[in-house]
Amino acid sequence: MTETQPGFPSTRPSGCPFDPATGYAELQAGEQPAKVSTPLGVDAWVVSRYDDVRTVLSNPNLSSRSAPSAHMSPHADLQREVESGSILQNDGERHAHLRRLLTAEFTVKRVQALRPRIVDLVEQHLDAMLATGGPVDLVEQFALPIPSLVICELLGVPYADRDQFQHWSALLLSVKRTQQEQLATSEELQQYMAELVMSKQEDRSADDLLTRLITRAEDQGTPLSVPELVTIGITLLIAGHETTANMIGLSTLALLRNPDQLQQLREHPEIAPSAVEEMLRYLTVVQFGLFRHVLDDIPIGAETVKAGEYLIAAISAGNRDTRVFPEPDRIDLTRKASAHLAFGFGPHQCLGQQLARVELIEVYTRLFRRIPTLRLAVPFEELRFKHDALVYGLVELPVTWDAVEAK
Amino acid sequence: MDVEIDQESCVAAGQCVLAAPEVFDQRDEDGVAVLLRKPLADEYDATREAALLCPARAILLSE
Repeated sequence: MTETQPGFPSTRPSGCPFDPATGYAELQAGEQPAKVSTPLGVDAWVVSRYDDVRTVLSNPNLSSRSAPSAHMSPHADLQREVESGSILQNDGERHAHLRRLLTAEFTVKRVQALRPRIVDLVEQHLDAMLATGGPVDLVEQFALPIPSLVICELLGVPYADRDQFQHWSALLLSVKRTQQEQLATSEELQQYMAELVMSKQEDRSADDLLTRLITRAEDQGTPLSVPELVTIGITLLIAGHETTANMIGLSTLALLRNPDQLQQLREHPEIAPSAVEEMLRYLTVVQFGLFRHVLDDIPIGAETVKAGEYLIAAISAGNRDTRVFPEPDRIDLTRKASAHLAFGFGPHQCLGQQLARVELIEVYTRLFRRIPTLRLAVPFEELRFKHDALVYGLVELPVTWDAVEAK
Repeated sequence: MDVEIDQESCVAAGQCVLAAPEVFDQRDEDGVAVLLRKPLADEYDATREAALLCPARAILLSE
């Protein structure tokens, strides 16, 4: 390394917590791709234009063998062997095999079947919130517990254990953790999941995802080992509640800050599906993008990215690309945003995206209708955001409402 | 419009079913996309959208 690279953009503009890190605009406008230095200590190429992001995420010569945002973790070990149960980090045939053991669980049809239960959970949590009279922390009382309950029930994880794994997952997704903390947390969570999957291997009576997965893999002649099941279980548990929970909290705030859009949604709840796509695009909570290993030379723009180098697909920048989304920094709930990159692209595109959509649609349809006067209970400037977490969101969101109007 | 699905490449994201539910479905056993029927003229746009959204680029159209 002879020249000093600019740093990977990771700091958002002050006062504008919904906009991506400053620095992307410059990268997007300049030569493609751009080389940056990363907190991990390696240099990496960044693609930030929409078309390039889609193209690279479909390229089989890019490997996802390290964690999705490994470039943000000072302790990530890029040489570490990939766990054989990792749907995030395996490539090619192994990835396709693992994914297909799970895809039956997340089809449009299967997720539709979960909708009534999701509606119940949303309504119950609204009832409970309203019963307090406010103010409440919307993150704690609403945004976190709903996706947590949904994924716990789907997987067959006792909900009584949720506090414990919420604590674990927050630690695992923080870039500020020490290596020691990370290892200790990871071991505790693995121990917990190992006991759970072993009990499900013994007793097949429960009708839950983990039990069905164990049986499905056996039926296909490719039984999963306990460590593989542990990896899959932890991945689904964390992915299933962190991302959606952060989207619920953050998008509620973004809508409260854009009252004209919120009013449109309240008056026309039928736009909720398109509103969800737009908020996914606008907020892109997987804030640091997706890290890839370059396996073979590939031409991108004016450069040849070489085997052995690293590349980051900046999905948050791609989702604000004016070439595809006019006035990208504006929320437009009726915009055609469904081709956004918030769920990634290529073979690894989010497995649980249909579940996330239904959860968000039911939240958007119900929250603002049941609590039409919902508003912040503290000044906007006092809110704290998860700038250091791999999944962006709010630490807490204190809200209140007019008691008379709530129904 | 002719539609072909590369079922080997399909990653069962379900995007095609959301975009054009009259044209695409997913197999219950593994979520792989299947063609319900050829799109009608007024479903061409939705079918093109499905092909565009497909993260595996597994939907091939010939018009």
